[in-house]
Amino acid sequence: MAGGMLCRPYNRPVKGEMYAMNCAPILSVNNLKTYFFTDEGAVRAVDGASFAVHPGKTLGIVGESGCGKSVTALSILRIVDDPGRIVEGEIMFRRADGGEPVDLAKLDAKGGEIRAIRGGEIALVFQEPMTSFSPHYTIGNQIVETIQLHQDVGKAEARTRTIELLRMVGIPRPERRIDEYPFELSGGLRQRVMIAMALSCNPRILIADEPTTALDVTTQAQILDLLREIQERTQMSVIIITHDMGVIAEMADDVIVMYLGRVVESGPVDEIFHRPQHPYTQALLRSIPSIFAEPRTKLPTIAGSIPHPHNRPAGCPFHPRCADFMPGKCDRHEPQLRPVSASQMASCFLYHEPAEAPQQS
Amino acid sequence: MLTYTIRRFLLALLTIWAISVLAFAIIQLPPGDYVTAYIAQLASSGVDVTPEFAENLRQQYGLDSPIWVQYLKWMEQISRGNFGRSLEWRAPVLDMIGDRLWLTMAVSVSAVLFTWGLALPIGIYSAVRQYSIADYIFTFIGFIGLAVPSFLLALILLYLGFRYFDANIGGLFSPEYQLADWSLGKVWDLIKHLPLPAIILGMAGTAQLIRIMRANLLDELRKPYVITARAKGMSEFRLILKYPVRAALNPFVSTLGYLFPFIISGSIIVALVLSLPTIGPLLLRSLVAQDIFLAGTIVLFLGIMTVFGTFISDILLMWVDPRIRFERRE
Repeated sequence: MAGGMLCRPYNRPVKGEMYAMNCAPILSVNNLKTYFFTDEGAVRAVDGASFAVHPGKTLGIVGESGCGKSVTALSILRIVDDPGRIVEGEIMFRRADGGEPVDLAKLDAKGGEIRAIRGGEIALVFQEPMTSFSPHYTIGNQIVETIQLHQDVGKAEARTRTIELLRMVGIPRPERRIDEYPFELSGGLRQRVMIAMALSCNPRILIADEPTTALDVTTQAQILDLLREIQERTQMSVIIITHDMGVIAEMADDVIVMYLGRVVESGPVDEIFHRPQHPYTQALLRSIPSIFAEPRTKLPTIAGSIPHPHNRPAGCPFHPRCADFMPGKCDRHEPQLRPVSASQMASCFLYHEPAEAPQQS
Repeated sequence: MLTYTIRRFLLALLTIWAISVLAFAIIQLPPGDYVTAYIAQLASSGVDVTPEFAENLRQQYGLDSPIWVQYLKWMEQISRGNFGRSLEWRAPVLDMIGDRLWLTMAVSVSAVLFTWGLALPIGIYSAVRQYSIADYIFTFIGFIGLAVPSFLLALILLYLGFRYFDANIGGLFSPEYQLADWSLGKVWDLIKHLPLPAIILGMAGTAQLIRIMRANLLDELRKPYVITARAKGMSEFRLILKYPVRAALNPFVSTLGYLFPFIISGSIIVALVLSLPTIGPLLLRSLVAQDIFLAGTIVLFLGIMTVFGTFISDILLMWVDPRIRFERRE
């Protein structure tokens, strides 16, 4: 059974429901809004996203390009580039020392506390293993540096640890590879090195932003296996960001589906795949090619395309492309993420009536 | 890497040879020769010159033989360390150039140090704090520095120094050291005189370099590896110096080769204005007088400096950028 059936995985408490202690999320994001203030106006990259990450579990964030998945990850680490800014919401993170949760959204983005968390407690694996390393330093140099940033160890010990890490992520002859430059390694190896670097300080959350997108299919499978194996061993939490439903099915315990900066549906992976509620999730699942499909039939696609960020539709952002569009409702009111079953939530008027006041925007 | 270095070195020698041919050809290009120029000078001062006298002079200087014979003679002399005699000054070319070469180097090196020392930090600051007030101010000053010809700057400073401080700020030495032999006191006097020409000569280059550094760094700052480093929890200061700045330095290193000859040839007017005892004015004078051995030697030296500078910057580049090191290993 997928995680989250015994206790609600989502942080919005439903009245009368109790949280079990071990289910307390390690990270909970509430109503996060990250906007980019450009000359043409504010782009609402993340617009009220809420979700939670539980200890030892994997959360999948899925959605089309430009839906705000990556910006969400960058927001958690507070490394959103100018002109982007977190304008609202909180990112509550329980630190390793077991104290009260800290709100990462309130920390000074250049301060010491967030820098101790970045790379130390929450680590990031990027999509682009080709350009994510500096070509001017050896991979060893770049990993040793990470270790020494967060742990009080000497150079020699950090180097020994780096070799162990490289061995752990399956790099052959790590004691030689450590002195090689990133451009001497293949894409798959480089992504392994990236993972080794992310793991170097035993993070409690690993955020993998499209970790396999730039790799060929065989390598993709190996990298996903590696991530799962490491997670089993270290019991860390993983946030995996992807547009690939296959990756979600393979990796995630819980899933959130994002569209235009909002979470439109959330729930355990089995529910999402077998009983998708939101029309967008249903459309996403229909557009996966299947080996059981009739040959030479056209793959269903989602009509239309993602609206321009400055030209965001009123009401439910998905309504212009939605098969279940209800005129007068979906284009006037903004749906909220509400429970649709014991473990699943969706933001859609098919399941709940709009609040009284029509949304003006 | 060693074979690459050796190959580059041999290529450099070949280039220097080609430069010697070119240098000789260039100084032969203007119509007439030293004797024509000399006779014109004599005639203008009222001395009558007979054609036999001219012919005698040509023979004496070996100007009557074909060009390639002259070139071979010149090369043969050079290979024995004899760069010939200046026709105009009637002194060995090496003696003419000697001190001036070292002084030129001193001025050039201090100008380069001034330029880099000022331009790199400002360029980095301007890029990291793009569109800040300080960035705009530096940009403004930079454009002014680029737009003002350096000889004009020299003239203005000379005037100001003379008017308000009653000091002659030209030259590289105080009068008492002008003709003195080298001593610690003279070196110290030189060091005291160096900053002004260094600033004047470096000003335009500084402005240019600030813009280049700013543009390079802005490109690098948006690369994913910067985000990776940030996601590790590095402090912004260390991160920027270690990763993007190092990448942005590449173009600087590769232009090192042209820097020295540029400063020497570009400084002729400034050197004249400031009466600096450098190579520039001497080169100008020798070209006007068609003093072939002097001009040829200077052009040859400039060429050698360029080749040598490029060779050094190639080696440095391999050290700075490992990608080049590996590409060239094959």
